[in-house]
Amino acid sequence: MAPRTPGADLPEHPDWLWHSPDPKPSYDVVIVGGGGHGLATAYYLAVNHGITNVAVLERGWLAGGNMARNTTIIRSNYLWDESAGLYEHALKLWEGLEDELDYPLLFSQRGVLNLAHSLQEVRDGVRRVNANRLNGIDAEWLDPHQVAEICPILNTSPDLRYPVLGATWQPRAGIAKHDHVAWAFARALDRMGVDLIQGCEVTGFERVGDRVVGVNTSRGPIRAGKVALAAAGHTSVLADTLGLRLPIQSHPLQALVSELLEPVHPTVVMSNSVHVYVSQAHKGELVLGAGIDAHNSYSQRGAFHTIEREMTAAVELFPMFARAHVLRTWGGVVDVTPDASAIMGLTPFEGLYVNCGWGTGGFKSTPGVGWCYAHTIACDEPHPLNAPFSLERFTTGALVDEHGAAGVAH
Amino acid sequence: MMLIPCPWCGPRNEIEFHYGGQADVHYPSDPRSTSDEDWAHFLFFRDNPKGVFTERWSHAAGCRRWFTVHRDTVTNEIHPDDSASAARTVTR
Repeated sequence: MAPRTPGADLPEHPDWLWHSPDPKPSYDVVIVGGGGHGLATAYYLAVNHGITNVAVLERGWLAGGNMARNTTIIRSNYLWDESAGLYEHALKLWEGLEDELDYPLLFSQRGVLNLAHSLQEVRDGVRRVNANRLNGIDAEWLDPHQVAEICPILNTSPDLRYPVLGATWQPRAGIAKHDHVAWAFARALDRMGVDLIQGCEVTGFERVGDRVVGVNTSRGPIRAGKVALAAAGHTSVLADTLGLRLPIQSHPLQALVSELLEPVHPTVVMSNSVHVYVSQAHKGELVLGAGIDAHNSYSQRGAFHTIEREMTAAVELFPMFARAHVLRTWGGVVDVTPDASAIMGLTPFEGLYVNCGWGTGGFKSTPGVGWCYAHTIACDEPHPLNAPFSLERFTTGALVDEHGAAGVAH
Repeated sequence: MMLIPCPWCGPRNEIEFHYGGQADVHYPSDPRSTSDEDWAHFLFFRDNPKGVFTERWSHAAGCRRWFTVHRDTVTNEIHPDDSASAARTVTR
């Protein structure tokens, strides 16, 4: 009997959710960055505006940057009207996204607690709850007993060095499975004929005067009617090739997971002042995020002392976590703005659009960004929801200061 | 973890330092005639290179003095600033 080929009995590989075509010579729109924002933007360009002659260019692999590295928290409890509009629009889209994309996103509205550990944080929290309610966003102020009812494993005893004095509570907040979100958008885009091109790094732009007419890439030049940046921490590198300065600084942001544990943590807990945010993924690992490392960096690595500090806070707040183990830590490159709000809109270059500065909080806004950025690109003017987030605000002074709601990271 | 070369204390652990961002950001020489755009650039816009960055650190848990280094933002390779203008390392 002839020896059988190893693997001959294995089934065929299932259908790919998306393909990796070679780039065409030109597109109506080229999106630079194949993360969540780039994919969602391409999706709403197709669905809301009928534009499908689009390429999404990704220098690495699809959704392998911050989309694969975030802590998947989704919420809309920001202070200012401008942010409330944008983040709440995103949250409403999240609430219908599984049906829209016909793909399980494991979107779980388990609520978020933003803890207050000082009287000032209590005042800020109550103010934010009131602001949220005025904007039609679900929000409550909870005292420590109510906090303990929602999250019994949280140490709400007054003996803590920084005791929990209360918390804001947004019940509709939650988490989703970040990879599934990217895959769902990618599958939908592939079916609509949008080219998702991986391993294609944009190295510069083709210009005619002040008009951007294409990109130069590691796989050759590509002409484009419009070019939309969605490159997060690497946006400065791209903008520098045009001499366009942006008020962003790229920093490492780290996160980590524990081993798989029984379900113990029913919600999402964030604390600005002790620097930690925690949820438990569906699979069972505790997912913890830290604040940014202070220095600029493109290394996708942060310092150990940042992780150590975050662990200290986590164990203080959740004594039972002391027996858990850190399974894996990683870092991403986040682009931080001076007012902790994003930059979305037009640029001084015709045919070039910018979406950056989401810093530590881009995941939650993924569908909202897609919706508004697609409008900005298709109509050549900002959607009303992202108009306040223009590049010009740094000159006019109309900043959208969300350092409080953004907290340690968001 | 980075070893940061303090000009006075030698190479020390990163946790002893406070970060100061881009070096050589000067206050507008003529504030009264500075345009909104130039104010914006002074206040909010900094270089963000992928590569060598000239930046300020303060040895906060040591000699407490400010100094300038050149650090590669990809590899964290770090070199002291020994340029002719090194006098600026004293303070700001």
